[in-house]
Amino acid sequence: MRAFFYEKAATVEAAAKAAARNPEAKFIAGGTNLLDLMKLEIERPSHLIDVNGLGFDTVEKTAEGGIRIGALVRNTDLAADEMVRRDYGLLSRALVAGASGQLRNKATTAGNLLQRTRCPYFYDTNQRCNKRQPGSGCSAIGGFTRQLGVVGVSDACIATHPSDMAVALRTLDAVVETVKPDGEKRAIPIADFHRLPGDTPHIETALEHGEFITSVVLPAPVGGKQIYRKVRDRASYAFALVSVAAVIRPDGSGQIAVGGVAPKPWRVEAAEAELSKGARAMALALLADARPTEQNKFKISLTERTLGAILSEARG
Amino acid sequence: MQFDTPATTNPIDQLKVVGKPIHRIDGELKTTGRAMYAYEWRDPNTRYAYGYPVGSAIAKGQITAIDSAAAKKAPGVLAVVTTLDVGNLQKGKLNTAKLFGGSEIQHYHQAVAVVVAETFEQARAAAAMIKVDYAPQKGAFDLRAELATAQSPDPSTEPDSSSGDFQAAFSTAEVTLDAEYTTPDQSHAMMEPHASIAAWNGEEVTIWTSSQMIDWWRTDLATTLGVDKEKVHLMSPFIGGGFGGKLFLRADAVLAAFAAKTVGRPVKVALPRTMISNNTTHRPATIQRIRIGADRDGRITAIGHESWSGDLAGGGPETAVMQTRLLYAGENRMTAMKLATLDLPEGNAMRAPGEAPGLMALEIAVDEIAEKLGMDPIEFRIKNDTQVDPENPERPFSHRDLVGCLKLGAEKFGWDKRASAGSRREGKLMIGMGVAAAFRNNLVMPSGARVKLDKEGIVTVETDMTDIGTGSYTIVAQTTAEMMGVGIDKVAVQLGDSRFPVSAGSGGQFGANSATSGVYAACVKLREAVASKLGFNSKDVIFENEEVRSGNRAVGLAVAAGPDGLVGEDTMEWGDLTKTHQQSTFGGHFVEVGVDIATGETRIRRMLAVCAAGRILNPITARSQVIGAMTMGVGGALSEELAVDTRHGFFVNHDLAGYEVPVHADIPHQEVIFMDETDPYSSPMKAKGVGELGLCGVSAAIANAIYNATGVRVRHYPITLDKLIGELPDVA
Repeated sequence: MRAFFYEKAATVEAAAKAAARNPEAKFIAGGTNLLDLMKLEIERPSHLIDVNGLGFDTVEKTAEGGIRIGALVRNTDLAADEMVRRDYGLLSRALVAGASGQLRNKATTAGNLLQRTRCPYFYDTNQRCNKRQPGSGCSAIGGFTRQLGVVGVSDACIATHPSDMAVALRTLDAVVETVKPDGEKRAIPIADFHRLPGDTPHIETALEHGEFITSVVLPAPVGGKQIYRKVRDRASYAFALVSVAAVIRPDGSGQIAVGGVAPKPWRVEAAEAELSKGARAMALALLADARPTEQNKFKISLTERTLGAILSEARG
Repeated sequence: MQFDTPATTNPIDQLKVVGKPIHRIDGELKTTGRAMYAYEWRDPNTRYAYGYPVGSAIAKGQITAIDSAAAKKAPGVLAVVTTLDVGNLQKGKLNTAKLFGGSEIQHYHQAVAVVVAETFEQARAAAAMIKVDYAPQKGAFDLRAELATAQSPDPSTEPDSSSGDFQAAFSTAEVTLDAEYTTPDQSHAMMEPHASIAAWNGEEVTIWTSSQMIDWWRTDLATTLGVDKEKVHLMSPFIGGGFGGKLFLRADAVLAAFAAKTVGRPVKVALPRTMISNNTTHRPATIQRIRIGADRDGRITAIGHESWSGDLAGGGPETAVMQTRLLYAGENRMTAMKLATLDLPEGNAMRAPGEAPGLMALEIAVDEIAEKLGMDPIEFRIKNDTQVDPENPERPFSHRDLVGCLKLGAEKFGWDKRASAGSRREGKLMIGMGVAAAFRNNLVMPSGARVKLDKEGIVTVETDMTDIGTGSYTIVAQTTAEMMGVGIDKVAVQLGDSRFPVSAGSGGQFGANSATSGVYAACVKLREAVASKLGFNSKDVIFENEEVRSGNRAVGLAVAAGPDGLVGEDTMEWGDLTKTHQQSTFGGHFVEVGVDIATGETRIRRMLAVCAAGRILNPITARSQVIGAMTMGVGGALSEELAVDTRHGFFVNHDLAGYEVPVHADIPHQEVIFMDETDPYSSPMKAKGVGELGLCGVSAAIANAIYNATGVRVRHYPITLDKLIGELPDVA
């Protein structure tokens, strides 16, 4: 970890302005991912702007009948929020499937969206990684890839996004609200928030430098059966091999995003039309462009089988 | 004291303290955070400096240059000591890979430098500024690819054995099994990382470290530092787990010693978690072939077990076939080990070395042949039990109750409710039960102790024995209390200090039996000293209720000690009872699993181990050992694998996020039953080890339970869901 300048921002405007002044500046909230990465010299910000005092720590109803989740609401609080538990059970279930109690107590809504991949080659600074060091190559491709992505990947990067929460948000059509250093506000649909790697895997989101996430908005409750199924090698405290966030309505239609398979929560709206034909048809459409490795091709059938189990559970 | 004839009645048999369920006497220190582990040691008058290691970025080759100029100028940095600076060092005889010194790189994350600074954070930051230039060389990193080049290892490892005519018997057997099994590289993954503090005083150095074997470390550290062994003082009073990873000197101690010498101040060095998998040792992967031939009645007529493993040049094999030589009857037998040279990090002992991976394979094979015979696997094991060493039938087991363990376990576990493979469902779970034999030999090691009786009647034990979380403090205290006729509250135990008599140390499940036997021997000496001082005949003296009695005379121990106190010191040495008699521990592992029919995720539902391991010195600490080992076996069965990058030669998942050991949610109900037995051939304690027995066979019991649940036989560990789902029923 390099020495860094630390400041506690008093207002959003001040935070954004401070960030704008230094291209290496980062916001820090829970720090559950950023501090680890700094200790390993994977992240090397010269300036940290502590945003913990800025508020944005409540969940409120919106005029449209949905909810607005403050960027700094802790994962634990969000999972336990009464409105979330009642109307967005999917989100609550996804949150508690992630990390550990201690981490969820610190981790924030915005931080969760911005967490970085768990690709082991990204974590080992002796290895080449286009995400960590643009243009250096990718040691993961051709190496140990069991946990890595099967769809949405590129020749430059096959890393996955590790979040559980984001998969549920994708299913629920969340919108990420931000403010830029110049004061302009944006509402970014979650589908557009995370980027696919292409040949610039180091650029992971649609955020501009200094742009600050203020909240995440969910539309009015969609009802249906809300099932989050995280498949992993051990029963807790492990990243998903595959996770499925599903809302299945009584008529059998639904919306579904998948985690653990792609650089972002993976949802193909067109594939949802196949739901009535069953899990196999849906999975085929969802993963039509998959290019798995020998080690992770099992994720294709695992996705299909997990979808099948969810559809069966929803029917039951 | 020499133990060369089976034990008769002795004071331990009173069982007033020994054998009682006494909570560990160091428990309060540990639960209140006051037990000082190596890195935490601090003297308020000392300003410690902090060393942070740098690991090699390549697996094999030479260092051509190290540029530490930037690191030296970084804030707080006191010194940088590189492997080139110290030059070639003499390697300790128990290490295969060198730990530090010279330009040659033998494996990934080999220590190449240590940066010393005023704070840990400064040292860590500066360590990232070290630039190392390498001339890499091509290495061999893939065991499967090197099978053809594998050689018979050093004859001292006894790689081959045979009796009868295996080939002929196998080829004519009525029912046969011939299958390949694999076990992966595994990491000890102990909670406390390797850590040391070094402080020099002139030519003498004191090391606070985390070591299972004080004297081995001391000897090898002296060799590597090029100093007289008497100048090295090692302290390791508390150890946060070792599992074999702390048997042999490690780089943290060497780096701390050089760093402290360079800066003239005590230096703390801990290995970062991310370096541990590749910098230290691991359990090597194996490829095993097992052939079993049997007659229709289920009697083994031929049994063959071959194993291939790899290690650095000069290393040894993973001795996976050894237990097959002893576990089951059968006239025609063969075992063989082959060793490939690999440029991965050093392979070496991890809990139940050889036995654990060997039984992971053998105990699936037994399940398979029983299935082919249409026999219950317990019945098959009982039918093929042996009370003698099958390769040397004139050599009996000292005591063997595998059959009793299996029978009792079957009854307690409800084995009769086991359904046929793939037939039991509970909702979306496929349920199965599995069994395996547990089998680990009882090793003994010379072990010394010093026992002091003072004028307050307090008995203090000093031995360099270690407590790696096993309960050594407690059983040493129990042994002393029993021998001296005092309560355990009158015993003080001091461990893990090289100034104390050399003990067995902790490893190979030899620690408990050997170290308490050493304490027994020292207590016999102290009893003689007390009797002699009082003019009692030491043969008929009784130590009881803090008194020593002879006839109608009784004297309090405190009085007997007098102002100067009394001391007894001795070392237990071992005769040839382990040669004339095969001494082993036995058990039966029973496991029930649920496998998700859609995802193939396996979760354990309940586990039972029935263990026959001689006298159980303390049922609480022994149970902890066994359930810890069972938990390790769950990891070995279901998730633990060091993933090898066969291009670059390193273990990729080198942190605890990537190397998945079981978490609490993976471990449901565990039960342990100890058979009520003693083994007078083992020691005056009549005890044997349990720390590794609990691991032996458990992973195979899980594998067999998965087969029983699903009808899918997986022979390659860990049994992750990707190895199952292709063969599970369609659920869509």
